[in-house]
Amino acid sequence: MIAIIDYSMGNLRSVEKAFQKIGANVVITKDHDIIKRADKIVLPGVGAFKEGMENLKQFGLIALLNEQVLQNKKFFLGICLGMQLIGSRSYEVEETPGLNWIKGDVVKFNSGKLKVPHVGWNNIRFIKPNVLFKNIPDQTDFYFVHSYYFESGTQGATTVTDYGIDFVSSVNKDNIFGCQFHPEKSQKFGLEILKNFANLNR
Amino acid sequence: MLKHRLIPCVLLKDWQLVKSIQFDSFRTIGHPTATVRVYNARNVDELIVLDIDASLKNEQINTEIISDMADECFMPLTIGGGIEDIDGIYKVLNAGADKISINSKAIEDQSFIRQSSRIFGSQCIVCSIDVKKVNGQYRVFNKKKGVLDIDPLILAKEYETMGAGEILLTSVDNEGTQKGYDLELLRLFKDQLQIPVIINGGMGKPHHGTEAIKNGADALAAAYIFHFSQYTPAQIKEELYQSNIPVRIPV
Repeated sequence: MIAIIDYSMGNLRSVEKAFQKIGANVVITKDHDIIKRADKIVLPGVGAFKEGMENLKQFGLIALLNEQVLQNKKFFLGICLGMQLIGSRSYEVEETPGLNWIKGDVVKFNSGKLKVPHVGWNNIRFIKPNVLFKNIPDQTDFYFVHSYYFESGTQGATTVTDYGIDFVSSVNKDNIFGCQFHPEKSQKFGLEILKNFANLNR
Repeated sequence: MLKHRLIPCVLLKDWQLVKSIQFDSFRTIGHPTATVRVYNARNVDELIVLDIDASLKNEQINTEIISDMADECFMPLTIGGGIEDIDGIYKVLNAGADKISINSKAIEDQSFIRQSSRIFGSQCIVCSIDVKKVNGQYRVFNKKKGVLDIDPLILAKEYETMGAGEILLTSVDNEGTQKGYDLELLRLFKDQLQIPVIINGGMGKPHHGTEAIKNGADALAAAYIFHFSQYTPAQIKEELYQSNIPVRIPV
């Protein structure tokens, strides 16, 4: 069973529906016992970093997620804000520490000529092969909507995307995966990514 | 590279999707969920659905039908029509929408944009502006109140300041006419906003899309061309692609 973490940060139902479409067994929950029983964890999320961390804290989820993901090594997928939250800290609104599972800061696009938020379909570019992108061609477009991005450096990055700069559009470290774009809103290839995640086996 | 989006923008009326002509007469497109399924298969980039029963008859927005559509919609879904308060936004988002579109309420009370964008994020708030040309000047049009003495560009800038994430700009004069987008209107807006402008109203041929992008549109909304012409979304994108406009070509 895949637990989609309910921490009041939007679009959970879209993620649930997309997993259901590919036949995965998913539950939207913040119940600690259910999360402990789950074999995979998804942290979606749309909204502000600070509020996201505060909500995780309020529901007692930070220690639980650390335990389940870092110690028990459950497969984890962070989507959009959910990927940013695994970084070291964000400068959105004010400096806020993140889960710090993959080192790096979450910073704002330096707008210049380009419009912020970065919203719409943009292509990813593989920088190393990754199981999450099985059956997905290089340069495939996915749906993005965000004003901040995760500067994880080269250590965790699996793809980059060009929006004035090459920013990190997905990460992976051991059992931890993240994508800045929304697979649940990216039609066929988005569903393929969720399928690849659902099929991961230890 | 970020792609320019092609977005069907349709109306919900009496449990059917319809298309209007200059905001007046309506033609039926089809059953909502079946239509969404077709759009999804044809790889359009997003979908906008405006509930006109809710906005014109002051009814509650039809969350049941939105939920059914969202079940088939694996692309961003924007819902609008008759949203009056924060609770209304919660209902629509919980039914499966990704963004909401506000029109009348934003004209009445701009602080609602600030309030809603703070709660749901700017990316969630699309502000819709309907425009009509009167005596050679562009003015904001409201479905209930008619032409208002408001400059649409000034209003759009105010919306941006208040936290809007995108502007859906509809030319009432061109809407449903297939004569092309209002390029003069677009030129007024070009490079004036930091947030994306989705132009709506008038696409009858694929090259109308090319013209609109070259005149400053970030994204193209349309309905007539998808349902009452021989052109498919793929053909429209092919035309854009051939004109060196970055679009998402389905693999």
